[in-house]
Amino acid sequence: MPAARKREQVRLSKEEVEHVALLARLELTAQEQERLTEQLNSILDHFQALSELDTSAVPPTSHVVEITNVFREDEPGPCLTSDQALSGAPDRVGDTFRVPRVVE
Amino acid sequence: MPKQLFEMTAHELAGLLAARQLSARELTLAVQERIGAVEPELHAFILLTPDLALGQAEAVDRARSAGEPLHPLAGIPIAIKDILCTKGVTTTCGSRMLADWQPPYDATVIDWMSRAGLVFVGKANMDEFAMGSSTENSAFGPSRNPWDLDRVPGGSSGGSAAAAGADCCILAIGTDTGGSVRQPASFCGVVGMKPTYGRVSRYGLVAFASSLDQVGPITKDVTDCALLLGLVAGPDPLDSTCVDREVPDYLAALRAEVAGLRIGVPREFFEYEGVRVDEPVAAAVWDAVRRLESLGATWGEVSMPHLRYLIPTYYLIAPAEASSNLARYDGVAYGHRTRRAVSDIVDMYRKTRDEGFGPEVKRRIMLGTYALSAGYYDAFYQKAQQVRTLVRQDFMRAFADYDVLLTPTTPTPAFRLGEKVEDPLRMYLSDVCTIPANLAGLPAISVPAGCSGGLPLGLQIIGRPFAEETVLRVAYTYEQAAAWGRQAMPVSEVSGRRAVVQTAS
Repeated sequence: MPAARKREQVRLSKEEVEHVALLARLELTAQEQERLTEQLNSILDHFQALSELDTSAVPPTSHVVEITNVFREDEPGPCLTSDQALSGAPDRVGDTFRVPRVVE
Repeated sequence: MPKQLFEMTAHELAGLLAARQLSARELTLAVQERIGAVEPELHAFILLTPDLALGQAEAVDRARSAGEPLHPLAGIPIAIKDILCTKGVTTTCGSRMLADWQPPYDATVIDWMSRAGLVFVGKANMDEFAMGSSTENSAFGPSRNPWDLDRVPGGSSGGSAAAAGADCCILAIGTDTGGSVRQPASFCGVVGMKPTYGRVSRYGLVAFASSLDQVGPITKDVTDCALLLGLVAGPDPLDSTCVDREVPDYLAALRAEVAGLRIGVPREFFEYEGVRVDEPVAAAVWDAVRRLESLGATWGEVSMPHLRYLIPTYYLIAPAEASSNLARYDGVAYGHRTRRAVSDIVDMYRKTRDEGFGPEVKRRIMLGTYALSAGYYDAFYQKAQQVRTLVRQDFMRAFADYDVLLTPTTPTPAFRLGEKVEDPLRMYLSDVCTIPANLAGLPAISVPAGCSGGLPLGLQIIGRPFAEETVLRVAYTYEQAAAWGRQAMPVSEVSGRRAVVQTAS
């Protein structure tokens, strides 16, 4: 049998999954955490295939259209009114969005 | 038996409307009656908008009576994927997060379609935030395939494709990030096209993966696809990635003419990780190649070696962009906010997002956040972007020798509801034939290519950037030559739990 292709395994622990959930501002139940740990590991295992490609000389593609900056004159045009902009707010006071206290 | 109004195409109906043999109101009522008959089984829509539709239809009729100039598609009923913002009309994106959200503005394509006099019959079902291949991730329940109600219509634009396939609209519009227009079009026996990235404005399209998302038509034939694309394509000052480039007359491109056309058949589209596409799917592509060859085209096989890295590349880039785009759903400016007691603002964000997002969206946000996080960015996200370059280069090499590429649209016909829900990776693999065009930003169309076991198959035609005219011409030529147009295309009648497919005879 030829030498098995050795891939560096990425194994996400439950603690790391909880850390990523915090970064993503998601709250996971214990059950969701367990399930996601297993599923993400299985997906990431599969994705290790990328590491066999040497891409050191390849530029990244973030965007396929060859446009960089698009400029226009800085002229005011029609825009939403405050009421329109606030129309979907779950909680508002006057012309502002209300959120839980951020600064003590 | 003469065709029912709802079975007809937009270009057929446009003639009747222009000649005043038919009013937009009559047509809209006929389509609404059809929806009433099949929607309880099909569930193609999240929201029906009967009053809006009749108001739009009557406005078109009045304008016609007054002799005002009208767009050829004026008065034609269309189903709209619920990812496109419609001012004052609930736009859910298939998510609890936006269950009650009424946008304060129209998407550019909605604005343009509205001005052209199209009639909006409803907001079509979709996988939550367009993440999925079956509509099973919709927070409002799955849609069914009109050809077999136990099967999925595909996704994420599954509601739009099911509506078009079951004649619940004359035209439909969807969006395509990794195949979300073409895969469901293929599963439902209709035409679906993803234009070149930058051809159609994304303003007011709820963002999933911004470097891949593109709006596209879902129609009953290639001519209608050309008509609708012509309406929605074009530069938009509100989307800086929408390319400032003239829109050709796509209708004029529809000539049954392929003499001298060079067709490439990339072998990697027929096998991924040792799994071959279904035999009838492959046979349908080769049948198309031979038909076009008999009309004067030439063909050759081509290899695109980097397509074997497709799934990891796409499923790192798309979730990374999604995790960033979906950060905006924080319970502050619009959308759902938790009603539970919260200890601080981060707790409010987390509870809101826990309640608002479904499992697949959470999975992709987690995957994307991980791929972008410190220490993993280079190994995953950066690497995927580099492989994306290699995939593009494979395409550019193929297009040095060939004008278009012919491939299957999907490895199999429509699968059963529930078949892949528990295994995300297997679900992801159903997009292997459609993802490449998104990564490379290329125009690609899926056209009906016969049936296998009573289920429709799709042929995919991929072209060079902004070569929509060539793609449409080849699709049109094939459609005419294969002659399963709409005549041989069975019309599905939903009755009881199963769709009875009547073959025209």
